[in-house]
Amino acid sequence: MSVLVFAESTSEGKFKKSSFEVTSYGKKIAEQLSTNLVVLTINATENDSLYNYGAEKVLNVSKTNLTSFNAKTYASIIKQAAIKENAKVVIIDSNINGLYLAPIVAVKLNAGYASNAVEIPSSVSPFTVKRKAFSNKAFNNCTISTEIKIVGLAKNSYGVVENLVSGTTEDFSPEIAESNIKVESVEQTTGKVTIADADIVVSGGRGLKGPENWGMVEELATILGAATACSKPVSDLGWRPHSEHVGQTGKPVASNLYIAIGISGAIQHLAGINSSKVKVVINTDAEAPFFKAADYGIVGDAFEVIPNLIEKLKEFKANNA
Amino acid sequence: MKILVCISHVPDTTSKINFSENNTKFDSNGVQYVINPYDEFALTRAMWFKEKQGATVTVVNIGNATTEPTLRKALAIGADEAIRVNTEAIDGFAVAKEISEVAKNGGFDIILAGKESIDYNGGMVPGMVATLLNYNFVNACIGLEIEGNKATISREIDGGKELLSCNLPIVIAGQKGLVEEKDLKIPNMRGIMMARKKPLTVVEPVNNELKTSTNSFEKPAAKSACKIVDNVDELVNLLHNEAKVI
Ligand SMILES: Cc1cc2nc3c(=O)[nH]c(=O)nc-3n(C[C@H](O)[C@H](O)[C@H](O)COP(=O)(O)OP(=O)(O)OC[C@H]3O[C@@H](n4cnc5c(N)ncnc54)[C@H](O)[C@@H]3O)c2cc1C
Ligand SMILES: Nc1ncnc2c1ncn2[C@@H]1O[C@H](COP(=O)(O)O)[C@@H](O)[C@H]1O
Repeated sequence: MSVLVFAESTSEGKFKKSSFEVTSYGKKIAEQLSTNLVVLTINATENDSLYNYGAEKVLNVSKTNLTSFNAKTYASIIKQAAIKENAKVVIIDSNINGLYLAPIVAVKLNAGYASNAVEIPSSVSPFTVKRKAFSNKAFNNCTISTEIKIVGLAKNSYGVVENLVSGTTEDFSPEIAESNIKVESVEQTTGKVTIADADIVVSGGRGLKGPENWGMVEELATILGAATACSKPVSDLGWRPHSEHVGQTGKPVASNLYIAIGISGAIQHLAGINSSKVKVVINTDAEAPFFKAADYGIVGDAFEVIPNLIEKLKEFKANNA
Repeated sequence: MKILVCISHVPDTTSKINFSENNTKFDSNGVQYVINPYDEFALTRAMWFKEKQGATVTVVNIGNATTEPTLRKALAIGADEAIRVNTEAIDGFAVAKEISEVAKNGGFDIILAGKESIDYNGGMVPGMVATLLNYNFVNACIGLEIEGNKATISREIDGGKELLSCNLPIVIAGQKGLVEEKDLKIPNMRGIMMARKKPLTVVEPVNNELKTSTNSFEKPAAKSACKIVDNVDELVNLLHNEAKVI
């Protein structure tokens, strides 16, 4: 018996922070079940780094024909690894690719699946895990009753926990089925922090008046190493790309720090950013609902506060470099 | 071209979420139910295929009789017929099994769904339906074109998008981009009148075991009050020393 984690890597073979988070989480569940942790990787180049987070055994698939993500093929590899390792729990990151492949794995293993889990199981028998529901307005405690359980982990909900073990990496050669889905082209902005990966997100709303005023938002984001985001009307008005729209009907944000500038704090906006750990609001209107949801707030005009904040942070960075 | 659109029936985005019976039941008191927002994009795209490419559109919901107004709304928007599988939607896997049964009997070329329901945020039904039927599947779809037997699909990826192609039949889990928000169809008077005459068939579920269940709910812990800060010096100081996020 074992717990199997799938740790995704980038097309360059590097792990993201969230791969270490799912590994840490898997280690904890393996301890709860008094069993071993096995981590599956595909074309990863730094498998040793997973030993730091409790991976006793790493199964690495290295295949040149697997350089781009394919949900069905990856799901089939995860299934084969789960069977080989007699996995009772399979853990997959609830990120955009993980959410794509996990339901396929669940059907292939005839397993119950709980996505967006936020804690370790409160009990392993019955197997019950707390997960996000109602677009971050609540949680449900979900019991999985099948022999194999699939758990999707929500970003930044467990954290990266060091737990050095002496691990080994084995080559794994599963059967690779041909995919029927052809990738025609990929458009990706490189060098920019994405909302999904960011530890800090700087977000602007209609209070910024127009697209020409986003220079200071981008500058603030650059200093903080943050991703930029916006409220829904801002992307609807075409001030910012749709990919930056966050909220209940946009992208979810689960960063450590979320800075909202000129955003009123409508329920649909807050639903998408609730899981961010620390929230800062900057708004001229002290009555704006965002102040009820935020940890820190400045009542003030963004056009004064943001340039000052940029200057202050430059100073701070220089002193703390 | 035959299209099946999966419609989940969910609390409106402005709903206050409450639970009853010692936090074991969702409290639907005063809650307005709507077509799941992501499914609205799917439905509107289906209507486009109906108008431009002669598709017929069936909508399906797995749920009890209380979901019928939502299905009627989908008919008023322009779907040709509706099917309700008469069982409580508890487990995504079981819901997917029911949808795949409906699909098997209907011979659909395209199954359109949303990327997640905004109530349980499972994000699992479409991928499961596709796998049960052994159809191609694309998640987080932001564009779909059909030509003959071929589908061309844009999918959102981290920090961008990719263009994919494959043959029908296919299951698509969509979101904004499939159509633009301003193009979302809303029922007009004529649609509402016509919907009354369109078939809404109720079928009984296949015998289905539940793989997951919810035993209780929780609300997020009450937040401490927002600290109002007078100037940016203090803010930077607090973010560094107290919140430890910079
Ligand atoms: C079905 C549905 C789904 C939705 N989904 C989403 C979603 O996913 N995400 C989302 O964001 N919204 C969503 N909305 C829209 C949401 O209800 C709000 O309309 C929206 O979030 C408001 O955006 P805003 O805060 O940028 O603009 P506004 O509400 O116009 O607020 C602007 C704010 O800026 C402040 N301000 C003005 N000038 C300044 C200044 N100089 N300096 C500082 N502050 C200033 C104002 O005091 C005000 O609080 C949805 C709505 C519906 C009906
Ligand atoms: N009870 C249901 N009846 C019909 N379709 C559903 C149902 N539940 C989910 N779906 C479809 O599956 C998508 C994803 O839902 P979920 O997996 O529940 O997050 C939804 O957007 C719907 O298109």
